Amino acid sequence: MTDLTRLTIADARDKLRGKEITSAELTDAYLDAIDAANATLNAYVAVTHDKARDMAKASDAKMAKGEGGALEGIPLGIKDLFSTEGVHTQACSHILDGFKPRYESTVTSNLWADGAVMLGKLNMDEFAMGSSNETSHYGPVVNPWRRQRLEQSVTPTIHLDEGGFVPAGGGVREARTLDNARLVPGGSSGGSAAAVAAFLCAGATATDTGGSIRQPAAFTGTIGIKPTYGRVSRWGVVAFASSLDQAGPIARDVRDAAILLKSMASVDAKDTTSVDMPVPDYEAAIGRPIKGMRVGIPKEYRVDGMPEEIEALWQKGIAWLKDAGATIVDISLPHTKYALPAYYIVAPAEASSNLARYDGVRYGLRVPGKDIVDMYEKTRAAGFGREVKRRVMIGTYVLSAGYYDAYYLQAQKVRTLIKRDFEAVFDAGVDVILTPATPSAAFGIADEDMASDPVKMYLNDIFTVTVNMAGLPGIAVPAGLDARGLPLGLQLIGKPFDEETLFQTAHVIEQAAGRFQPEKWW
Amino acid sequence: MSVDTTTVKRVARLARIAVTDEDAERMTGELNAILGFVEQLNEVDVTGVEPMTSVTPMAMKKRRDAVTDGGKAADIVANAPATAEHFFLVPKVVE
Repeated sequence: MTDLTRLTIADARDKLRGKEITSAELTDAYLDAIDAANATLNAYVAVTHDKARDMAKASDAKMAKGEGGALEGIPLGIKDLFSTEGVHTQACSHILDGFKPRYESTVTSNLWADGAVMLGKLNMDEFAMGSSNETSHYGPVVNPWRRQRLEQSVTPTIHLDEGGFVPAGGGVREARTLDNARLVPGGSSGGSAAAVAAFLCAGATATDTGGSIRQPAAFTGTIGIKPTYGRVSRWGVVAFASSLDQAGPIARDVRDAAILLKSMASVDAKDTTSVDMPVPDYEAAIGRPIKGMRVGIPKEYRVDGMPEEIEALWQKGIAWLKDAGATIVDISLPHTKYALPAYYIVAPAEASSNLARYDGVRYGLRVPGKDIVDMYEKTRAAGFGREVKRRVMIGTYVLSAGYYDAYYLQAQKVRTLIKRDFEAVFDAGVDVILTPATPSAAFGIADEDMASDPVKMYLNDIFTVTVNMAGLPGIAVPAGLDARGLPLGLQLIGKPFDEETLFQTAHVIEQAAGRFQPEKWW
Repeated sequence: MSVDTTTVKRVARLARIAVTDEDAERMTGELNAILGFVEQLNEVDVTGVEPMTSVTPMAMKKRRDAVTDGGKAADIVANAPATAEHFFLVPKVVE
């Protein structure tokens, strides 16, 4: 029997509807895969075996009667940031120890209403603050991709098929070994990306405040889309930076990402920033020709010290879109370099306010103190990790009396300028913008450079953070492998609420680049 | 602008995070690295630019001012570390 975990959501959906497989079989295949892999990869922080089997059984009963929703019987992983009723929800923080919400987030409610099956909760950076999944209270997630050591050097354009590597230029197979250095899957949605790449779920929910869907997707050869701000309800999602946070899916191909986003997105009265617009059928956008589409190439995304391979990948992406009939336009987004510094004022400021609620009174950890303030201070000192404390401190400082105008107000003004840059380009007729997704491939766990300088870690989000600052949709799509066999991604940025163009264009890149899967070692 | 350990301790107090002298020392370096990084924003001319308040222009959603939810005291205190009769328990705050 074929390995059911290898099916895409679209294929599984067809086989379930055609009664070739049952959701119980599919769900068991995933649970077995998780049980075998999780000690090594650490992608899940809670596996809901019983709930998954119950939900699968219910889906099978529905489908037997010819009923069922868009995701009926499809097993998914849920980032630990989403509230799931009666199930582990801790944003992978120590301070939320034992928290089991009495309510369900809108996103997960939508998924269950469409018939999806919950496999468990996925590891992430604590409160979604990180780019490597190393700030999790539950320890780092290990990327299912490993670097290769090759006898000979390889051209970067190789495709990984089921059977092994096929050099694009044709010819000899390379002798290769996998380096056993453990790599990060990116963050903060590292568990989501690793679980999708390692076939430990059919798809996963994720969230993105500065790049937390797109950067891990790029590091794991998966697809990740951050929708337009307001497209997906934030209700029941643990808040990090409310004006930037947006949930979206990570999936194994573009079609699956479109299927998942259709179910996740909704108009929600419980989120005042949820937009009153019907959710389009994103899947219908896939396969539409991009002939005549105007693709912008922003010169400011060519940054100092960017590896040659990233530039080459970008050029390849440009060539693919041109071949498909798109018109390539050079554009300028002059305030790009200020997006990351502005983000590191706005996001910590909002986080310091949002995280004020963790005080040892209403939920989670409490460390006793001599009075109530002592209790707050001890609880928060013990409950928050280093990175979270760092950001709460920065946020508190930039909002404190005397500094508000110099930092926060200035950053919000710069943010207006960043958004105007994009508006000017779209007004001039550009339909979509193509950039690299990340400035490098996945790096090692406990990388010394990153550990010694927080700003180095922050630079991971240099290409993605502009999109959050402007509230736009962005998708990361795998486009190739680097010289050491690690996946690299491209990013497409769209107009507000034009996710359809992103799926349409990402599909063209996917068709040209092929799909990328890690060789199983775990 | 940069911060010294006294400022870091004051900010930690505002943020309600207990810090040791050693923590404050370390955080001073980290915070200064970040503040140094964000300093470049001062190069940007923001004359006449409105600070962003919302990424998508939208009117605040309103609903009728009516009770739509409630009667969930048990749910609300369910996750609290210490409760009594549907109250959160905290150390004494009034003498």
